[in-house]
Amino acid sequence: MVKNTLNIGKISEGFVLDHIEAGKSMDIYKYLKLDKLDCCVAIIKNAKSNKMGKKDIIKIECPIDIIDLDILGFIDHNITINIIENEEIVDKKALTLPKEIKNVIKCKNPRCITSIEQELDHIFVLTDPENEVYRCKYCEEKYDRQKRRKH
Amino acid sequence: MRHLMSPLDFSVEELDKLMDLANDIEANPKKYAHACDGKKLATLFYEPSTRTRLSHEAAMLNLGGSIMGFSSAASSSAAKGESVSDTIRMISCYADICAIRHPKEGAPMVACQHATIPVINAGDGGHQHPTQTLTDLLTIRSLKGRLNHLKIGLCGDLKFGRTVHSLINALARYDDIEFVLISPEELRLPDYVRHDVLDKQNIPYTEVVRLEEALPDLDLLYMTRVQKERFFNEEDYVRMKDFYILDKAKMELAPPDMLVLHPLPRVNEISVEVDEDPRAAYFKQVQYGVYIRMALILTLLDIHVD
Repeated sequence: MVKNTLNIGKISEGFVLDHIEAGKSMDIYKYLKLDKLDCCVAIIKNAKSNKMGKKDIIKIECPIDIIDLDILGFIDHNITINIIENEEIVDKKALTLPKEIKNVIKCKNPRCITSIEQELDHIFVLTDPENEVYRCKYCEEKYDRQKRRKH
Repeated sequence: MRHLMSPLDFSVEELDKLMDLANDIEANPKKYAHACDGKKLATLFYEPSTRTRLSHEAAMLNLGGSIMGFSSAASSSAAKGESVSDTIRMISCYADICAIRHPKEGAPMVACQHATIPVINAGDGGHQHPTQTLTDLLTIRSLKGRLNHLKIGLCGDLKFGRTVHSLINALARYDDIEFVLISPEELRLPDYVRHDVLDKQNIPYTEVVRLEEALPDLDLLYMTRVQKERFFNEEDYVRMKDFYILDKAKMELAPPDMLVLHPLPRVNEISVEVDEDPRAAYFKQVQYGVYIRMALILTLLDIHVD
């Protein structure tokens, strides 16, 4: 018997999200709304990693066109996305910062119309790709990505 | 269909066309007196305003159109909890164009997403007030004959003054612009304007505390109000308030062709004795505000007058 090893079987079709910062997999689970999907999801927390010391991994068994993974570019562009078909990695998706993100983060500006208007989507637009700056589409309040990472 | 949300919505070329039209309206008002016959402007003012609402209404009336609207949230369905998106859907059935002022930032953007008529942002909290900026640009261009090669003094509350931030953004697009930022330490221009606009585009600027220091070299002085409540303590306010009051004595330090602008309302930051000075342009600025809004209404409604 091998000690300290947890085996999760291969998936036939879907995604393996690798190199997730340790402890952040549940955040990603929520951002991707995986709880709404009727499919097999494995979350591996604190797996050993040569590069990162420890990391999280998420395996999602699902048709590859049903999840929009672009949001991961906003959350953490160091995540590796492996696309699986017939139990093999067929592609790796490079993450880029999405131009617009909808209902992932909320505008914290109390003077923003999003604070009172019913049913209004919280939309942030990438205004400065070089410095990874997102601003609220409505009030242009800057979203502090560094602050989010600390949390 | 076009809306006006920010002064930067129009390119420099489009702004030139808009200002050409405003100057033609100024020169030939009769030509445009019936350009908007049968058209209706709705002014949706969720917070009080004197100049901006009346200026939009005067603009539409001068064009032969008619006006409707409300002048406070209390006298609208907002008091019953109606959303901006529902209100604008309804107004789209009544009017041909609308101007909206709202205390919440981004409210006009919500309106334009649901409107089937052009929407003019007439001020949204501390965010944007594009028709004021267009007014400022038209006043400068008409009275100085150019929007480039200018040394512009911005005086007073540079921290919270949205008109100042918008004007910097708008003028930054023209050649050979230099700013002199005149304010107390507490009310200096915020970093996001200094870095994101001035430093990023290599626009020269200097910062001074006393208005007298800046006056001798300016082509234009843009005054704003310094409010007592912005200061950390009474002592500083008392010590510094006179630095930012423009009077006859200070005007003697200024060049003979320097213009004085102010978005108004004025409280005491420009003495009434300055009003008679030919360089005082703030009431002409109000008149230009009507011309530019007339040009804007015609442009957004895509009405051409031969």
